[in-house]
Amino acid sequence: MSDNRLEVRQVELEILRYNPETDEEPRFQTYTVPCVNEWCVLDALNHLKDNLDPTLAFRWSCHMQVCGSCGMMINGEPKLACKAMLRDYEGMIRIEPLAHFPIERDLVSVADDFMAKLKRVKPYLIPGQPRTLEEGEYKQTPEQLQRYRKYAMCINCMLCYAACPEYGLTPKFIGPAAISLAHRYNQDSRDGGRDERQEEIATTEGVWECTFVGACSDVCPKHVDPASALQQVKVASTVDWYLEHFMSWVKK
Amino acid sequence: MSRRPYVQEVSRTAWFFKRPRYMRYMAREVTCIFIGIYTLILLVGLARLSESQVDYEAFLAALRQPSSILFHVLALAFSLYNSFTWFNVAPKALPIQIGEEFMPDSVVAGGHYLIWVALSLFILYWAGVFGS
Amino acid sequence: MTKSKKSNKPIIWGTFAAGGELVSLVTPVLILLTLLAAAGHVPAMLGYANLHAFAAGWFGKLAIFVVLFLSLWSQAHRLRITFYDFGMRADTLVAFGVYLIAAIGSLATVMYLARI
Repeated sequence: MSDNRLEVRQVELEILRYNPETDEEPRFQTYTVPCVNEWCVLDALNHLKDNLDPTLAFRWSCHMQVCGSCGMMINGEPKLACKAMLRDYEGMIRIEPLAHFPIERDLVSVADDFMAKLKRVKPYLIPGQPRTLEEGEYKQTPEQLQRYRKYAMCINCMLCYAACPEYGLTPKFIGPAAISLAHRYNQDSRDGGRDERQEEIATTEGVWECTFVGACSDVCPKHVDPASALQQVKVASTVDWYLEHFMSWVKK
Repeated sequence: MSRRPYVQEVSRTAWFFKRPRYMRYMAREVTCIFIGIYTLILLVGLARLSESQVDYEAFLAALRQPSSILFHVLALAFSLYNSFTWFNVAPKALPIQIGEEFMPDSVVAGGHYLIWVALSLFILYWAGVFGS
Repeated sequence: MTKSKKSNKPIIWGTFAAGGELVSLVTPVLILLTLLAAAGHVPAMLGYANLHAFAAGWFGKLAIFVVLFLSLWSQAHRLRITFYDFGMRADTLVAFGVYLIAAIGSLATVMYLARI
């Protein structure tokens, strides 16, 4: 049986184009790209841009699923173009920019909303008490690390926002990745900033917009499982709420 | 060079038709309609029970209507779908960490299924379904 | 000090979570029991004398109240979200409506149980 991995395969790509300087609306453009069967979609796009149409705009960088740049809709599913393999697709492949984000140009989406939300949740260690150099480094056991490690794997690729229907319906929803990152820091034994983050994520546009569809976890390329983070935040916020209200009642 | 981002429209009423994943989510959500109506039926039954034997037995007789039987079959199907989808995601809300490992989702979900079966059998036994 | 923007959703979500857990465990078997009754094979405990005696006791009252209360509120909350997902955006109005039904149902439950 012949090994056809390096054979050339003519792949039809149906790509959503949008030029803000000339177009009123996005439109599809079809290309037939000679590809190697082992390629990923990103390879096909790069070959297209290098040889067929240099005007196609798209983001990419590492080509190895760690930078989060090349997120796009491939046959309607949010995927990293460097992770989607041509051998898994038959026939024409439809490529569009990430859903639920405005289109800047072609496959480049406007990520400003996500960036702003990321900032809001304070995704950095906030020490509980000030710490001097003499006290030395933080020590953390493997058990303490496991409490948040999964959620630290996020590469900010925004696929979860493209998959989340509630974000699509309610753009002010802070969203899966941002809330999962807040949870990642809340769970970190070195951190003391949980109260500050709760002010952002325990709000209506925070975790309470989530209805546990779970599509975010389905599409996450790094197995962060944001859906689980959000449910844990809901549980923690509920416990908080009862404790706060009970304590204020007790104090009266 | 000017920026003119194009905002992609999201259909408020038809978004869930776009992916099977969304359809399954909506199927899970609409189970509440059947379970809700069933709860109201139970409430009516309680009301009749509190009135008199005649009223209660009229309620039982009303249950025997074909529309009631059809509703029960549908409600049972939706209720089971609700239960299974609930058991399958329950582990995500309460992770159980033992040392460096977490209890696998399948174990937590499996525990829910086991409790469900045991409780259901117990309730059936208590109700006298398995004979006196 | 600025007022906290944190939501009061927990009060309904906590009930929803507890109710959802209960509903997932007991509703199928309850439906099966009344389905058997509907098919003409009324289970022994669903006969008037037995059920009335059960509901007369404190445990029976507690069990019936807990099941109905949690079922009403959890399903009402899910219905609220379902309306939203189907495109009906008047969330405050819908919430008021569904929770009102749950509240009336809960009061009715207490009232009927008190009569047994």
